[in-house]
Amino acid sequence: MLYFSRWRVIGILATAIIVCLFAVPNFISPETVAKWPQWAQRHLVLGLDLQGGSHILLQVDAADVKRQKMDALRDDVRRTLRDAKIGYTGLAIRGDAVEVRIRDDQNFNEALSKLRELSVPLGGLLGSTGQRSLDVTDAGSRLVRLTVTDAAMNERIRQVVEQAVPIIEKRVNQLGLVEPTIQRQGFDRILVQVPGLGDPQRLLDIIGKTAKLEFRLVDTSMSAQDALSGRVPADAEVLYEGKTDPKTPILVQKQVLVSGDELTDAQPAFDSRTGEPVVNFRFNTAGARKFATVTQENVGRPFAIVLDNEVISAPVIREPILGGSGQISGNFTVESANDLAILLRAGALPAKLTPIEQRVVGAGLGKDQIEKGVQASYVGGALVVIFMIATYGLFGIFASVAVAVNVAMIFGTLSLLNATLTLPGIAGVVLTVGIAVDSNVLIYERVREEVRAGRTAIQALDAGFSRALATILDSNITTFIAAAVLFFIGTGPVRGFAVTLGIGIVTTLFTAFTVTRLIVAAWVRWTRPKTVPI
Amino acid sequence: MWHLRIVPDDTKFDFTRFRRFSFPLSAVLSIFAIALYFTHGLNFGIDFHGGTLMEIQAKSGQADLAAMREKLSSLGLGEVQLQQFGGPADVLIRVAQQPGGEAEQQQAVEKVRGALGDTVNYRRIEVVGPRVSGELLSYGIIGLFVAIGGILVYLWFRFEWQFALGAMIANVHDLVLTLGFMSIAQVDFDLTSIAALLTILGYSLNDTVVIYDRIREMLRRYKKMPMPELLNASINSTLSRSIITHVTVTLSLLALLLFGGNAIHSFTATMMFGVVLVGTYTSIFIAAPILIYLGVGTGRAAEEEKEAASAAKEPAKPRPTKARV
Repeated sequence: MLYFSRWRVIGILATAIIVCLFAVPNFISPETVAKWPQWAQRHLVLGLDLQGGSHILLQVDAADVKRQKMDALRDDVRRTLRDAKIGYTGLAIRGDAVEVRIRDDQNFNEALSKLRELSVPLGGLLGSTGQRSLDVTDAGSRLVRLTVTDAAMNERIRQVVEQAVPIIEKRVNQLGLVEPTIQRQGFDRILVQVPGLGDPQRLLDIIGKTAKLEFRLVDTSMSAQDALSGRVPADAEVLYEGKTDPKTPILVQKQVLVSGDELTDAQPAFDSRTGEPVVNFRFNTAGARKFATVTQENVGRPFAIVLDNEVISAPVIREPILGGSGQISGNFTVESANDLAILLRAGALPAKLTPIEQRVVGAGLGKDQIEKGVQASYVGGALVVIFMIATYGLFGIFASVAVAVNVAMIFGTLSLLNATLTLPGIAGVVLTVGIAVDSNVLIYERVREEVRAGRTAIQALDAGFSRALATILDSNITTFIAAAVLFFIGTGPVRGFAVTLGIGIVTTLFTAFTVTRLIVAAWVRWTRPKTVPI
Repeated sequence: MWHLRIVPDDTKFDFTRFRRFSFPLSAVLSIFAIALYFTHGLNFGIDFHGGTLMEIQAKSGQADLAAMREKLSSLGLGEVQLQQFGGPADVLIRVAQQPGGEAEQQQAVEKVRGALGDTVNYRRIEVVGPRVSGELLSYGIIGLFVAIGGILVYLWFRFEWQFALGAMIANVHDLVLTLGFMSIAQVDFDLTSIAALLTILGYSLNDTVVIYDRIREMLRRYKKMPMPELLNASINSTLSRSIITHVTVTLSLLALLLFGGNAIHSFTATMMFGVVLVGTYTSIFIAAPILIYLGVGTGRAAEEEKEAASAAKEPAKPRPTKARV
């Protein structure tokens, strides 16, 4: 057990040193490291709990997706029947279905087959699954019921996530934040992690808003108060203006004249006359043409600028706007004008996203936590080293060297994997120190026993190592299983703990099997001891 | 050269005799812990119950708890808990999960921020909606069972089934007692606690495995030694290691407990109880003696003959349990 061939010695030392070296970039200023080759730049990433930052989990609002789908389906049905010149009544969304009654018996079958054509196979050209987008059923007495299949809903939700990720990316990037990560999680979720932002509410405002901008006409046929107390016209709805209570109700037509999709640019600015913050925008060609027509036809009438079903402002059209650019004003602050411009430039989210989990750590707290973690590590390490030397003397020093190598290798491996270090992760390292000496304790105690059983120094060391190593392997694998499970169920900081614990076990096994043995073997060769001072 | 010896070299404690005392004691404590769980309950944190947790620091350097409590309780957010922690300026605010959906939870934060305004720094804000908290809880429970199952299978593979079963009984006992401790101490039960429980599971098994390894070795070497005596010898010969290792783990945990700060306080306290107090006791007084009842080592003489006979027929490969590294 104590004999090592020259090549094995070189192999062991090279492995240990190389792994340890990967930890080096963490201690050198980022500017210096940036000049190094790519492979040497790997480093630890501090978790959000240590550097401060926001972790926000968003989920696609399935109800909103469903509503959109149903609205689109109703419009499709209307257009299909109109194009086929089939008479119908009572086209409406009822519960989970769109229902329509065909007026005459003789063209019911034609209507049914036309409507069935609306249902398309899912999965595109490649992955056709045999599922279709709609269920079209004959509900008796000339009633056709169309429902969106679950498969189609799921497909749409998947698309929404796919489309939303780059939009959120654009928005967050425009806030000028460092290294945000935006990734889809599971089937209908998006995880946004942004290190070090002072105001989490602003981030939430930026990523949580759908930002659907619409230009619509104000319905002046009756006052909003009358509409609220009486009947709202079929083609209009009451929306509210302003953030302050009480909000002003405004009766707005449902028809969207021009939407935010047709914007090419939006910039925050100051109004040249009043000096208040505004947002300047510019339409693309098609949008500009539409906007020109609408404003020409409605001079003197108020129109509403609607963002996510809230009226930002409802100015009166004074003159036709032909140039395709305009200005939104509406009690903005500099920041909110800037935010709106960001939202408009990045575009609207395809559906509403709801934040379902939010964890924000201020930078100050993160700094405190690093300090505390580092302090605890030093104290823990020092206590263990003192105790080991008191207990095993020279061999205690060997053990301490092995543990130091172990810790350096943990940080090296973490850097190599670009792993995230969290406060529980630091706790994992400190615990590993406590546990890593266990492998040494097992070996030394075994050696002590063998010495008592009357073996010579060399025999005792040899037998001690060979017998203890099997036990070390067994006892560490159980802990490793626990760490692996924790890795799969945990999120954020807890996962950081699982990572350091798991890596710690692997490096502990490595050092116990090689480094400790190598040190002891070197000592034996050097001093040729008659007794073991243990 | 002087060396610290916590345990004398050659101990001969009759540990297995204590089983007449330790088994009933553990049974009573376990029942007590389970009763506590159902009566006193665990102090579920927001990870599993949903809701909002905010850590704030008064800018004035001195938080006025009474005034804050008054402000926040008038917001109509149901139960709002305020707790001083750390320095005099630091306050932990917990808002129970709001009725309704996900959006209502976010609004709770805005209301609290609105009420406290700029008089405080918001050091930490955590909002967990009803959906996520439900998932985290089920993941946590599934995780515990998967870990227990995985370790059981591993031990079964490495040892005989009696050892695996004995280790499992001993360590479920550890978990039950630790949960009892968490109930009494009203430690926040959150994701970190699941991490603590899994780590306790891993470490206390680590301990058990070391003793079991020795028992297995002794079983092979001393075919005729009576079981209680053999167990005693195994425990005694690993005693020094058990104690020393627990001292080093305790030292590490102590450092974390004293210097690691509030965020991991409940985690380290739980670990301290589970690993140091319960884990050691269990491996020595439960995990080892229970092997007597599980019938380990009863048919050794017969087995030996059988083995000799089969070895004569096919001397091929050694059994995996005998593998040495």
